[in-house]
Amino acid sequence: MIDTDELPAAGNGLLDRRVFLRAGFLGGAALMTAKASAVERAAWMKNPGEGMSESGAPSAHESHLVRAPIGSQRGTTGSGASRSPLQFLDGIITPSRLHFERHHSGIPDIDPAQHKLTIHGLVDRPLSFDVDALARYPTVSRIQFLECSGNSGAALAPEPVQGNCAQLHGLVAASEWGGVPLSVLLDECGVNPAGKWIVADGADAAMMSRSVPMDKIMDDAIVALYQNGERLRPSNGYPMRLFLPGWEGNACVKWLRTIKVLDQPAMTKDETSKYSDLQDDGVAKLFSFPMGVKSVITSPSPGLSMQGAGIYQISGIAWSGTGRIRRVEISADRGQSWADAALDEHVLPKSLTRFRSAWKWSGGPAVILSRATDEDGRVQPSREAVLTGRSSAAFYHYNGIQAWAVGEDGEINNVYA
Amino acid sequence: MSTLNITIAVALLVSISAAAQESPGLGRPVTAAEIEALDFTIQPDGDGLPDGSGTAMQGALVYQSHCLACHGPEGQEGVNDRLSGGHGSLTTSTPVKTVGSFWPYATTVFDYVRRAMPYQTPGVLSNDELYSVTAYLLFVNDIIEENAVMSAQTLPEVVMPNRDNFVWAYPPRD
Repeated sequence: MIDTDELPAAGNGLLDRRVFLRAGFLGGAALMTAKASAVERAAWMKNPGEGMSESGAPSAHESHLVRAPIGSQRGTTGSGASRSPLQFLDGIITPSRLHFERHHSGIPDIDPAQHKLTIHGLVDRPLSFDVDALARYPTVSRIQFLECSGNSGAALAPEPVQGNCAQLHGLVAASEWGGVPLSVLLDECGVNPAGKWIVADGADAAMMSRSVPMDKIMDDAIVALYQNGERLRPSNGYPMRLFLPGWEGNACVKWLRTIKVLDQPAMTKDETSKYSDLQDDGVAKLFSFPMGVKSVITSPSPGLSMQGAGIYQISGIAWSGTGRIRRVEISADRGQSWADAALDEHVLPKSLTRFRSAWKWSGGPAVILSRATDEDGRVQPSREAVLTGRSSAAFYHYNGIQAWAVGEDGEINNVYA
Repeated sequence: MSTLNITIAVALLVSISAAAQESPGLGRPVTAAEIEALDFTIQPDGDGLPDGSGTAMQGALVYQSHCLACHGPEGQEGVNDRLSGGHGSLTTSTPVKTVGSFWPYATTVFDYVRRAMPYQTPGVLSNDELYSVTAYLLFVNDIIEENAVMSAQTLPEVVMPNRDNFVWAYPPRD
């Protein structure tokens, strides 16, 4: 065993990020005693197991892995959100069945044979594309995050809301999104030089509609057909959705049916009255599209109790709507001292990045925080900094540092540091 | 060069150009009539507004039948979004964002109601009913008179009280 006292990285027990990589760490003892036991078979090793199946399902022992809590506006079941259980997930890919949802009038049951995308407005040739046609276009596929701009809105409350990671931050997920660059389709239509924006409509009962600037559309927007290798789930826009890497989820219109090229934004309900940012001077900002640099520790986190003093992995996710994560720092002493976390191998632009640190918990009270920096040098702000100048009604684009308080009893709570 | 050769040459050029864009070119041309049937877009200048008209007096009846249950009397105290009042509250510690206190464009009210309301049965309101109920929401917010006729001509002329209190965060300015 390594003497962890030799590997301090920051205050209150944070260890060097390489501690888990050292050969032999926590390893040898079990091996030394293995042969002392008589050979045995567990119950599930005594007969052949179940046969193959056409579609897999999680273990029955993982029934806690669900999108919860689900909330919908009164009198509705499909006008609200379900949340990804971040506290139980690892890596950077969110299983499709656990990708959060935010719908405005439920999930339409679309027959792909009858659905098409029509591009019109300020174009030379208005064209429509059915699903089979789009599937023949060159596909790009990237692992990128999608975040509702209302994610983490609970942090606006004057006192910390108690809830697990899903409740507080579960409106973010990452998938391998595959589809057709919208630039290819727009080039085929021939965009008029006056076409500076598009407005995208969804085929849900609310006909969700958002305007997006043309430079983003031509940069990296796709008409997504695939999520994690399979066709989109209905709850993520089947058979096609707009996907705008790094930009607020609301603008990534699901069940995409039309794109109209305009010389200016259409000023839809969602981009004016809802997804705009009211400041304390009464002025509201429209079109605050990119999601800010952000991170959250998913383990330990509320609901995942500590099991006594000792070595723990601190793990979480970091992301930035404008590029790659360069660095994540961890503190175990309420921000008095910080140490760099190790980043997992896949550090991709506009994606989730998994970070990990080693921590020797003393068993005493501690407050753990994470702070992300992206490749452009943007640093995740404090809660106080995010709220400065905002109206109390400003709900979107919260990316402040999250603090978790670890109590002597091992329980973990949301606190404002 | 014969006509046939010219045709082949043109075809080759077209195919080379398509290859350069890596596009199979599978878009199907759509007619003006098809576009008219699927285009719901309405812009602040009134572009896209359909024929029809209505007043708040007529809209009160539409509101009672289709909106009252969720949004409450005159757009207040319903179980869902508050639609009226809150004027002057945006700079206070308890801002109330409603159609009247916050929304910048009257055309957006028509557009959204046509797309998404009534929640359980969107699409059931006629154009006259849409203009009427839009007029009603503007009237209960003290923006227009009860007998003012809203139409494709008059609705874009309505100046919403909070219209000038919006700035664009995009394009970004560092």
